[in-house]
Amino acid sequence: MNGKLDYLPETPSQTAGPYVHIGLIPQQAGFEIFENPLGNVITGRNTPGERICIEGRVLDGLGAPCRDVLVELWQANAAGRYNHPADTQNKALDHGFRGWARTGTDFVTGLYTIRTIKPGSVVGRKGRKAMAPHVNFWLASRGINIGLATRMYFGDEEAANFDDPVLNIIEQPERRKTLVAPRSERDGAIIYTFDIHLQGDRETVFFDV
Amino acid sequence: MVPQNEFIQRDRAQHPPALTPDYKTSVLRSPRLPLWSLQNSLSEVTGPLFRLKELGPLDHDLILNYAKTGEPIGERTIVHGRVLDGNGRGVPNTLVEVWQANAGGRYRHQNDTYLAPIDPNFGGCGRMITDQEGYYAFRTVKPGAYPFRNHVNSWRPAHIHFSLFGSGFAQRLITQMYFEGDPLIPIDSILGTIPDPAARQRLVAPLDLNAAIPIDSLAYRFDIVLRGTRSTVFENKLQGN
Repeated sequence: MNGKLDYLPETPSQTAGPYVHIGLIPQQAGFEIFENPLGNVITGRNTPGERICIEGRVLDGLGAPCRDVLVELWQANAAGRYNHPADTQNKALDHGFRGWARTGTDFVTGLYTIRTIKPGSVVGRKGRKAMAPHVNFWLASRGINIGLATRMYFGDEEAANFDDPVLNIIEQPERRKTLVAPRSERDGAIIYTFDIHLQGDRETVFFDV
Repeated sequence: MVPQNEFIQRDRAQHPPALTPDYKTSVLRSPRLPLWSLQNSLSEVTGPLFRLKELGPLDHDLILNYAKTGEPIGERTIVHGRVLDGNGRGVPNTLVEVWQANAGGRYRHQNDTYLAPIDPNFGGCGRMITDQEGYYAFRTVKPGAYPFRNHVNSWRPAHIHFSLFGSGFAQRLITQMYFEGDPLIPIDSILGTIPDPAARQRLVAPLDLNAAIPIDSLAYRFDIVLRGTRSTVFENKLQGN
């Protein structure tokens, strides 16, 4: 960066460390402090959209589950609009749905679970082509020096995924599959299983956004 | 639709790389393939927004927000500063969350087994919303140094963890603030993951005696810069930029 242009350099990232839960999900650290925890419930009773559960693990380079990872999700509503002033699409806005959730992988099982609704399709950068429905993930933890951004796409959206402008910039079709979560049913609930591989043969595609 | 106000490409030279073998935990948790560069869409320029009324009145006061039988032990400390973007503008109305060890270097966390005691009156976390110019402030006790299992005798300098959102999810940032003059700073394996000495120095908050409260609390100043936005004159609009 050219210092003569007066841009300020971004503050450097540091690992979230093993105790990230204290600040961001204190109930998982083992105590209650704030009256209003943020991000642990994403949908209300009246939130439109198909109820889904996204679950999975975050796996290290040896395939072992990482059991102390902060997992955050950002998504559009069921109509395909983000609850943010920069999204000016002419679609219904659901003010009760922020579209953001966070949780931690379980200290014992390594599983994370997010109950939300399936988002609609959002217009793509070029305007002509819609992006396939997806949710945006952001991970931080001990051993992760700078937060990792990725996306989860839905396994039952084959046609939309095939046309998705972001999946298609990934050169190797095999690697696109790391972002597509299979859909299943368990006890009447819709489950999307999204395991994130930090490294190894099946390393998940992470984005420099 | 090319989003207005897309973010300037992140300058990765300011940040630690994913793989930093001297910080051993990074070895198995670092992606080894290049990140795919993604031009911003609505998914990246939007992000969660928070309102002041979602927070409690003591959420930014770590001296009082977990006080049960009295106040926590430790050096009474104010940390304040401004959240800016890369264009030098204050970032208003953005959520800032902090967490830290107590004055003895112990975290209130079920996985922390360090022998220093838990302080019954200290939770160790707080949160606030920046004001219209991007300023924030909170009150706490200064955290202690503590050992961690990296090398046999690895110690963390006193530090406070910060989590920031900005206006879009691509600005999401977690970092740590250190205290000026701490002798552990030059030998810390975590701060040492950042290759550029000037970048490391930006995480060290100077003592700000002018912001101290006499006979009450010392103060440190910590400004934070999030990614700036790009003026996309010819992609979006020709004037009024």
